[in-house]
Amino acid sequence: MLPKTTSAWVYTVMLLLLVIAPGIFNVIDEPFYLDLLSRGLILAIAALSLNLILGYGGMVSLGHAAYIGIGAYCVGIPAYYDFYSGWLHLGLTILVCGVFALITGAISLRTKGVYFIMITLAFSQMVYFTFVSMEEYGGDDGLVIYLRSEFPSWLSMDSPVSLYYWILGVLFITLFFIHRLVGARFGRVIVGSRFNEDRMQSLGFSTYRYRLTCYVISGVICGIAGMLLGNFTSFISPEMMGWTRSGELIFMVVMGGAGTLFGPLVGTAAFVFLEEFLSYITIYWHLIFGLMLVALVLYGKGGIHGWLTMLDRRGENG
Amino acid sequence: MDWNLLITQMLNGLQLGLLLFLLASGLTLIFGIMDFINLSHGSFYMIGAYFCGTVVSITGSLLAGIVVGLVCTFAIGALVEWFIARRLYRADHLDHVLVTFGLILVFDTLVHMIWGAAGMAIPLPDVLNDQVSFGSLVLPTYRLVIIASGLLVALILYVMVSRTRLGMLIRAGASNRTMVEALGININKLFLIVFAIGATMSGFAGMLIAPITEASIGMGNEIIIIAFVVVIVGGIGSIKGAFFAALIIGLMDTLGRSYLDDVLELSMPTEYAETAAPALSAMLVYILMAVVLAFRPQGLFPPAGSK
Repeated sequence: MLPKTTSAWVYTVMLLLLVIAPGIFNVIDEPFYLDLLSRGLILAIAALSLNLILGYGGMVSLGHAAYIGIGAYCVGIPAYYDFYSGWLHLGLTILVCGVFALITGAISLRTKGVYFIMITLAFSQMVYFTFVSMEEYGGDDGLVIYLRSEFPSWLSMDSPVSLYYWILGVLFITLFFIHRLVGARFGRVIVGSRFNEDRMQSLGFSTYRYRLTCYVISGVICGIAGMLLGNFTSFISPEMMGWTRSGELIFMVVMGGAGTLFGPLVGTAAFVFLEEFLSYITIYWHLIFGLMLVALVLYGKGGIHGWLTMLDRRGENG
Repeated sequence: MDWNLLITQMLNGLQLGLLLFLLASGLTLIFGIMDFINLSHGSFYMIGAYFCGTVVSITGSLLAGIVVGLVCTFAIGALVEWFIARRLYRADHLDHVLVTFGLILVFDTLVHMIWGAAGMAIPLPDVLNDQVSFGSLVLPTYRLVIIASGLLVALILYVMVSRTRLGMLIRAGASNRTMVEALGININKLFLIVFAIGATMSGFAGMLIAPITEASIGMGNEIIIIAFVVVIVGGIGSIKGAFFAALIIGLMDTLGRSYLDDVLELSMPTEYAETAAPALSAMLVYILMAVVLAFRPQGLFPPAGSK
């Protein structure tokens, strides 16, 4: 069973490369690339979760980085009290992010459009300032995590390579889960209510509940990305959830192609690559980055996934 | 209770409120009339401060700095409208967020390239760098100047919006843009002027504050978020709403930071109050916005006739 289109080829090769990447980096003796890739994949998980509400559901959240922060502090704060159990960290992340998403989502989803953007921003700023003012856990200066979350030996994340496969595993599960979710009735309702909420309601769906469920799922996945980031960086600070971080997440989703399964993944890859590549060339790389962002919106409809599918269509016609 | 401290803090709150108003009045018009979310509105705040600082360091005159700064921010605002914003009014909000986020990166880096990474101090003339005393109350002259100029601009804006033809068009645009277009008004020109005036006021706010805080890269990125809170709380498109919301939020933020721990101590042990107060006072304005959005999404003072 071979992939049929250009885009499917690209994605298949990409996923295979991700699986064998640690081996390649080991052979060429470049451990730095493994770090870069690990960070990129964590951001990709966060971008996938944002895409679930932003791309499929049309809910533009400018506060998604808050979940990354909460997830990271769900590792950092227990570790501060010498609780290193990974199941505890994971459970806490899911619980706290789920409850936070449920409460804030229940309020936010009463609003639409620009109001939704602003209220999600407001909630993430509240989280940001909560952590800034918690002197006990470092406040502004952040918190160092000395040991990674402890899991049974077959699931350990202690070495860089095993942490990488942890991240990759979560990424694959997330991709598969979102693929199934979007294909299921649930996903159809979510997508449907993006295009015409009135129609979905008159079909008898309580769109509010569907959207809220979707929002909570997205928050929990993003929290898990944060939990992985906390383990990966071993230094966490409120800076990871500033509003510009949320802006970057939107950038990744849109650059790859919002509302597509693999879009956020390639978008994040492009983002991390550009960041590394451009900052290697010049210290003023943000200028190029910003101009690309402007150009992307003005000229690059559909993002990278859109360009790839354009190749697909050209192939069919030719 | 220390009354002098309370008065000083209230004046600080008033000062913050008026700065917020300078930012938010332009933002709310751009938002209300063009339906455009401009995250980069805070960049004009920064650019204004840098232009002003440069002219002050060459000529030594703060007034010259402010005049040049106003002209430059007006021009840059007009350029941004002409080349970028204009093409996006009909696009969705997500595109606005992305493009203006990109513009923030561009402006921050350009300032970095031109003026370097360090901040730029703007010296005050001796006349302003003084203190005024009222009985036992001693206040820095410059703070009073900021408050006076903020009130003056608010007054000018009020007269312009309520008494001139341009103001009439602006009010009409905020209430019903389609109808204004249908009546044959050159909407492009109106948008350009509104955008550039908004940028100028944002720049003016930056120039006023820079002698106290110094001009620095990204100085607009925090305050712009609060300005958005002001816009939402006041009601999108409403200058009056922006004015009152800015004062409420300025006072609430300043007084919250100084007195919240005392208030909390009434209901809980001191040690808890001292931990909770800073977090809560930083969150107050966002809590206000969330409450307003949840219960009165059109804002406290929505523009007349809007849906």
